[in-house]
Amino acid sequence: MDFTLTNFIFYGFALMTVGSALLVVTVRNIVHAAFSLMVTLFGVAGLYVFLQADFLAATQVIVYVGGILVLILFGVMMTSGRLEMRIHIERGQLLLGGVVALALLTLLLTVIANTPAWKNLTDDGTELPPTTEKIGELILNGPFLLPFEVVSVLLLVALIGAALISRKEVRD
Amino acid sequence: MSDFRAMFVGFPDFNVSENFFPNIDLQDKLNWAEEFIQNVLIPRLPEAVAAHFPVELGTILVMFACAGIFVAVVPLLPLVLVLAERKVAARFQNRTGPMRVGPWGTLQTLADGIKLIFKEDFIPPQGDKLLFLLAPYIIFACSFAVFAAIPFGQSILVSPFNIGIFYIMAISSVIVMGVIMAGWSSNSKWSLLGSLRSAAQIVSYEIPLGLSILTVVMLVESLSMVAIVESQSNGVFSWLIFRTPFTFIAFFIFFISSIAEVNRTPFDLPEAESEIVAGFHTEYSGMRFALFFIAEYANMFAVSAIAVTLFLGGWEGVLPGYDILGGLPGFVIKTLALVFLMMWLRWTLPRLRVDQLMNLCWKYFIPIAFFNILGTGIWGLIFPEDTLVSIIISCAIIYIGLIIAYTIAGRTLAQKPEPQPS
Repeated sequence: MDFTLTNFIFYGFALMTVGSALLVVTVRNIVHAAFSLMVTLFGVAGLYVFLQADFLAATQVIVYVGGILVLILFGVMMTSGRLEMRIHIERGQLLLGGVVALALLTLLLTVIANTPAWKNLTDDGTELPPTTEKIGELILNGPFLLPFEVVSVLLLVALIGAALISRKEVRD
Repeated sequence: MSDFRAMFVGFPDFNVSENFFPNIDLQDKLNWAEEFIQNVLIPRLPEAVAAHFPVELGTILVMFACAGIFVAVVPLLPLVLVLAERKVAARFQNRTGPMRVGPWGTLQTLADGIKLIFKEDFIPPQGDKLLFLLAPYIIFACSFAVFAAIPFGQSILVSPFNIGIFYIMAISSVIVMGVIMAGWSSNSKWSLLGSLRSAAQIVSYEIPLGLSILTVVMLVESLSMVAIVESQSNGVFSWLIFRTPFTFIAFFIFFISSIAEVNRTPFDLPEAESEIVAGFHTEYSGMRFALFFIAEYANMFAVSAIAVTLFLGGWEGVLPGYDILGGLPGFVIKTLALVFLMMWLRWTLPRLRVDQLMNLCWKYFIPIAFFNILGTGIWGLIFPEDTLVSIIISCAIIYIGLIIAYTIAGRTLAQKPEPQPS
């Protein structure tokens, strides 16, 4: 492997993603796990940038780091007093988890093997056109309009549901 | 002249190649550092060196150099701004402020900085040491990363990427993580309360902030900061704040929300001194505390610079073709004016309560911001191009709206009964 900037960046981000993802599942402290997850999400965002999917990368950071991870941390800090947890894993769970993990791995490997564009992808230094406009066209003016609207309605329902549940205590 | 080009013109036998430095060409390049090395640096090197010059490594070095410039220059801002803040506060309270160190106290911040460097770096023994040490760096790094996308001048910008403003929103949303990290790892209830308040506030105010940015993006049809500034090049009335009545409202929502984002009075609940000591950085001391401080003032400058870029013309001047309030000096003057406005508000208004803070965001700003988006869309349908007519109509509506708002505000304030001293 020759040293090029792209290789350097790619392996850097890959190491960051995989390493911190390993930490997320091995570390005992939940808050540490959550912060390792932040590094993982950043690594994935970096890989998106590397693939010149800039819009996707920024969305990844806004939604996952700025939104979901903050909520996870809120939940952890407000609910759990004990942060160091010994999680007992029974044999049945281990087996089930193993099967699910194996199935997921097979699925992902199949997808990777069967993606034709993947094999033809070479780095010839050309800059791909920005993705923002295309994403907008596809979502708001193209084939993905209906799924997009369905997801919006789903999120709206979740939002109203959350508001309803959290207001219940006030009425009592 | 406020261009990089000007710096290079004086260079001996330096050929400003039109392929390399025209603005559009440079600004569309994501990895301009590599271009710079290929087209500018290597031709200037002796041939023996040039043949073996590691372009990849050089690119990384150029990027590090850019980061280095920011890390070197941006901490100078707090040095000036902290002093300015103290002087402004003093004037508002009919005092003189720091006067002892240096002429008119101008070296006070430097003295404070030196003091902070030599202070003990205390780490709470019961806290989480790793996260405690890491938190200031996350906040510091994120507030600096924002500067990478701000165009200070036509060619004075680090990375002209296509999603500029979206990148800024993404990076600044990571600051919350640092705040939570600092608050939790300190193992102090003040810190934890402060960080939770801060996180709730930043997450809430990000929504009106993003929505008011969206009005600008709708008009410009680009997320690129360069494109946003270039669309405002026809003098003061083409600045996005005056372009439609809705962007006029959006500017104020943006500015107030960004004051909340940087946790300044009247939204300084996360560090409310009278309630929770100093909020999330209560336990920090010495240089780590200074990092928080630098990040805070750098943030203040950054959000003002973003407001200037989005709404007040960025590096473009007041008159088309003239450099009045344009270029780098104009940009800095406009930004500092907004920073002064922030200080002015800080020393004038009392702090909001938590419920008032959330009411303001969720019941007023977010509906108004949605209304703005709708209005901007309709405006864009009626006036697809900016014409003289559309700008005159826009300014007329803004003028009438301001008069009506002023009258209504005056009446409601006048009707309020005076609070009785108890």
